[in-house]
Amino acid sequence: MPLIKIRDLHFYRGDRAIFEGVNIDIYRGKITAIMGPSGTGKTTLLRLIGGQLRPDKGTIEVDGQNVHKLSRTELYELRKRMGMLFQSGALLTDISVFDNVAFPLREHTNLSESMIRDLVLMKLQAVGLRAARDLMPAELSGGMARRIALARAITLDPMMVLYDEPFTGQDPISMGTLVNLIHRMNAAMGLTSIVVSHDVTETAEIADVIYLLSEGRVIEKGSPVQLKRSSSQWVQQFMQGLPDGPVPFHYPGTSLAEDLFEQETS
Amino acid sequence: MIDTIRSLGRWGLSSFERLGRGHLFLIRIVAGIPELFLRFSLVVHQLFSVGVLSVFLILISGLFVGMVLGLQGYNTLVDFGAEESLGVLVSLSLVRELGPVVSALLFAGRAGSALTAEIGLMKSTEQLSGMEMMAVDPIRRVIAPRFLAGLISMPLLAALFSAVGIFGGFLVGHGLLGVDDGAFWSQMQVKTDWYDDVLNGIIKSIVFGFVVTWIALFEGYDATPTSEGVGRATTRTVVHSAFAILGLDFVLTALMFGEE
Repeated sequence: MPLIKIRDLHFYRGDRAIFEGVNIDIYRGKITAIMGPSGTGKTTLLRLIGGQLRPDKGTIEVDGQNVHKLSRTELYELRKRMGMLFQSGALLTDISVFDNVAFPLREHTNLSESMIRDLVLMKLQAVGLRAARDLMPAELSGGMARRIALARAITLDPMMVLYDEPFTGQDPISMGTLVNLIHRMNAAMGLTSIVVSHDVTETAEIADVIYLLSEGRVIEKGSPVQLKRSSSQWVQQFMQGLPDGPVPFHYPGTSLAEDLFEQETS
Repeated sequence: MIDTIRSLGRWGLSSFERLGRGHLFLIRIVAGIPELFLRFSLVVHQLFSVGVLSVFLILISGLFVGMVLGLQGYNTLVDFGAEESLGVLVSLSLVRELGPVVSALLFAGRAGSALTAEIGLMKSTEQLSGMEMMAVDPIRRVIAPRFLAGLISMPLLAALFSAVGIFGGFLVGHGLLGVDDGAFWSQMQVKTDWYDDVLNGIIKSIVFGFVVTWIALFEGYDATPTSEGVGRATTRTVVHSAFAILGLDFVLTALMFGEE
């Protein structure tokens, strides 16, 4: 049975359809990647799973519970078992790295300060930034901030972690570090990971299953190898990053000749 | 023509919707206040940034307002040979009106705008959203302590403003213009009533503190999460707070002193 079951998901922003009948299964212990061009609502999907947005139609079940039928208290209980890594890191800027990682523990448990210290240091050790504990978020590089945010996301030992564009805007070294961390943690902690990304190479390296989304639908799903062998031109264009194909290079409109001619006559 | 009516209708609807959101927001804040007494350190931290950091501005402004009142009051009173009543004039003006109103206006500019900017930036950097995903309600954890801190700080700041103002009036009246100090203080004590004047002033400042903090926090929480959006929200806080303070001051004054 999948940990997350998305059925017939519809979501609209004003008149614009973001999802029109999306079905996704995310299995325990796996790394599932949700990929697609920018603006296909990948981040929106994570917010729907986390219960921050409501679908217009369809259901999302996490661990057997319909996320959008839960009371506020039940939803918060469920979120304690979900970690989320925001694209920006979303660290609290007025407290130190240590306090950021300790934040969920202090809010949700009655552990002693010495116990909290031990746990926080262990999580920081896991992301390789134990020595950076006294820095303030403003002093961190983008990659460090994301690793700290990752440490914070796993502080409560969640059953799953949602990653929102973890590789965007990273230099090759910190990109490699993050790829490695996501992969290692998923195995070591028995997590279920959902990675939303459009970085094909990095994601394909660690994902067990990839869902390709475009224009509100699942275009293709399968293992990275299956997708690379897909006969669909669209999938090939996306996986290989070709500039032209089913997704045209030119923004849809009249042809150049027509445009030039129009100007001449007017 | 139709377009004008349509945009007027849209504006009306969105204004009412915002008003509704603002009130729901307030209900959620108030619901979060009881548990703050178990974690009062959160409020103490905010009392410092909202209240203590405004003290200097309030003290300096209060002193100057009091000194000006002393000068102006003396020039008017001396024509009637009533300069001994300067203490009464200064204290009543401050305690009833200027103390609560001017300190609230300053509070809106100093603390209110800072609150809006802080909350707005927390929103735009996904910090509020991040808290929600960590199963921490940002309204209870971030907003409610700031609200309570504003509510507690405002009357205290207004009291400081009035006290320093009266002292400023005395400095000018006695030190500069030679009004008898005994007359200044004794007349002031006799004519300033605890219930009618001081308490009504305190009630005003509590109401102003409530409204200014509410506006500031809501504007931040409801801000469009861009730098332009946060900038506009900050401006709105100061403008709306000023309107609210002056409008409410009239209503409260009419209720408190209208029948005299």
